[in-house]
Amino acid sequence: MTSATIYKRELSSYFSQPTAYAIMVIFLALSMGLTFSFGNFMRVGDASLEWTFFFWHPWIYMLLAPAVGMKLWADEQRTGTIELLGTFPLSTWSAIIGKFLAAATVWLAALLLTFPIVATVNYLGDPDNGAIFSGYIGSFLVCCTFLAITMLVSACTRDQVVCLIVSVAICVTMVLCGYDDFTRELGKAASPTIVEAVTSIGVWEHFRSLNRGLFRLQDFVWFGSFIVVCLLGTSAILSAKRA
Amino acid sequence: MIEVESLTKQFGSKRAVDNLSFTVKKGEVLGFLGPNGAGKSTTMRMITGFIPPTSGDAKVCGISIIDDPTAAKTRIGYLPESAPLYNDMTVTGFLRFCAEVRGIRGSARNEAVEKAIETCFLTGVAKQSIDTLSKGYRHRTCLAQSLLHDPDVLILDEPTDGLDPNQKHEVRQLIKRLGEKKAILFSTHILEEVEAACTRAVIVDRGRIVADGTPAQLLEQSGTGSLTDLFRRLTTRDTEAAA
Ligand SMILES: Nc1ncnc2c1ncn2[C@@H]1O[C@H](COP(=O)(O)OP(=O)(O)OP(=O)(O)O)[C@@H](O)[C@H]1O
Ligand SMILES: [Mg+2]
Repeated sequence: MTSATIYKRELSSYFSQPTAYAIMVIFLALSMGLTFSFGNFMRVGDASLEWTFFFWHPWIYMLLAPAVGMKLWADEQRTGTIELLGTFPLSTWSAIIGKFLAAATVWLAALLLTFPIVATVNYLGDPDNGAIFSGYIGSFLVCCTFLAITMLVSACTRDQVVCLIVSVAICVTMVLCGYDDFTRELGKAASPTIVEAVTSIGVWEHFRSLNRGLFRLQDFVWFGSFIVVCLLGTSAILSAKRA
Repeated sequence: MIEVESLTKQFGSKRAVDNLSFTVKKGEVLGFLGPNGAGKSTTMRMITGFIPPTSGDAKVCGISIIDDPTAAKTRIGYLPESAPLYNDMTVTGFLRFCAEVRGIRGSARNEAVEKAIETCFLTGVAKQSIDTLSKGYRHRTCLAQSLLHDPDVLILDEPTDGLDPNQKHEVRQLIKRLGEKKAILFSTHILEEVEAACTRAVIVDRGRIVADGTPAQLLEQSGTGSLTDLFRRLTTRDTEAAA
C-alpha cells in the first residue's frame, strides 16, 4: 500500500518535469532512426525485428536508463528528504519497490510508443508476432536490469552526476562483454574460460534468445536474480549509510 | 510518552550522544538546549528511528523504536532540522502524499491536509510549487507535515528557525497549545523560547545532560536570573575546547 503511494509520487515527479518526455522523445528518435538507417529496415526481411530494431536497444539503454534512475536515491540524499522517508512508518523495501516500478513504468511507456514499427511490419509483410512480443519482453528486462544497477549506484552517492557516470560505465561494460565482436577479439588474447566468464556478465546471450522468440527459463532467472540482487544491495547500502 | 534509556551514538571515534536518559510525559513540552554539535539532532534522529543507536533504546508510547520501528513511527510527528521537502510538488500535493504514506486516505486525507494548512498558516501558498517558497514557508510546510496524523508525540528540531517574529510567536503558541495533549520534544537556540513555551528544559553538552528542570528551577540555578548565564557556564565553549 505504501509502495503504491511512493510509486504514484515518483511517477508524477517524472511526468511533472521534462525528464520523462525528454527520455521518451530521445528513445523514440534513436530507436526509430537507427532502425530505418543502419538497420536497413526497408530492405531486409527481418520478420522478428531482431536485427533491425531490438538490436539497438541495449546500446540505447546503456546510456539512457541511468538518466532515468539516477535521481531515485541520490536526490533523496542530497535534499535530505530521505530523513522524511526514514521516519515515515514504511519499510525501506516498499520505498525501493515503489521507486523502481515508477522508473520502469517510464520505460514501459517509451517502449509501448514504438508500436508504429510493429504496425508497419504487419502492414508490409507477415512478421512473427510471437517473436516480436518476446523481443519486447527481452528489451524491457534489459532496461529494468540497467535501472536496478542505477538504483544501486544512486544509493551510494548524493551526486546525480557521479551516479550517472558510474552507472553508464557499468551498463556499457555489460553490453560490451557479451557482444560478438568484442568476445571474438578477446578470444584471441585470453583463454576460453575467461571469455566465458566475461560473456556471462553480458546481456546479449539472454537478450538474443528472447529476440528469437525463445522463452527460456534461464533467461528470466538471470534477469530476475540480477534485478533482485541489485535491489537487495540498495536496501543494504541505505541502511548501512544511516548507521 | 517518550522514554529515552541510556541512548548512545558513536560516530567513528566521536561520541555524539553519551548515555543520555530522560522522559517526556503527556502534557509536557521539553525544551532541548545545547551548543552546536552537542548531539541534539542526533538524539532526535535516533528517537524517530532514522539512525540506529549504538546502544540504548527509546520508547514512544511504550513501543520500542528498535523492536517495532513501524508501530513507533506511526505515533511520531517529526520536523527534521533542515526541513527537507520534495521540490517538484505543490504544498498541498506534498501534504497529501505525506498523509497517504501514513495511511490517511480519501476524505480523511483532505480534511487532515486542510487542517494542517490552516494550523501552519499556509493557505496563501497551498497551490504554490515548493521550489518557489521562501525559507520560512518551507519550514512551516515541513512543520505541517508533522501534524497531519495528529500524533501523540511531536519531535521538532528547531521549529522556529528561519521564521519571522510573528511566526515565531505563533509557532510557540502552537507548541504550547498542542503540548497540553501531547508529549513534545523540541530543540532551540533561542533561550526565551524556554520560558515562552516549555514546561521543562534540559541542557546537553557533548552528548550529556548538564542541567534539567522547569524554567523556574533553571533560572534559580543560574543565580543571576538569566538562562544565558547558566547556558554559558555549563556548556563548553568552542574557544575553550580548542585550547
Ligand atoms: N553522520 C555523521 N557522521 C559523523 N559525525 C556526525 C554525523 N552526524 C553528526 N555527527 C557529529 O555528531 C555531533 C552532534 O551533531 P548534532 O547534529 O546532533 O548536533 P546538534 O546538537 O544538533 O547541533 P546544532 O545545534 O548545530 O544543530 C557533531 O559533532 C557532528 O559532527
Ligand atoms: Mg541540530
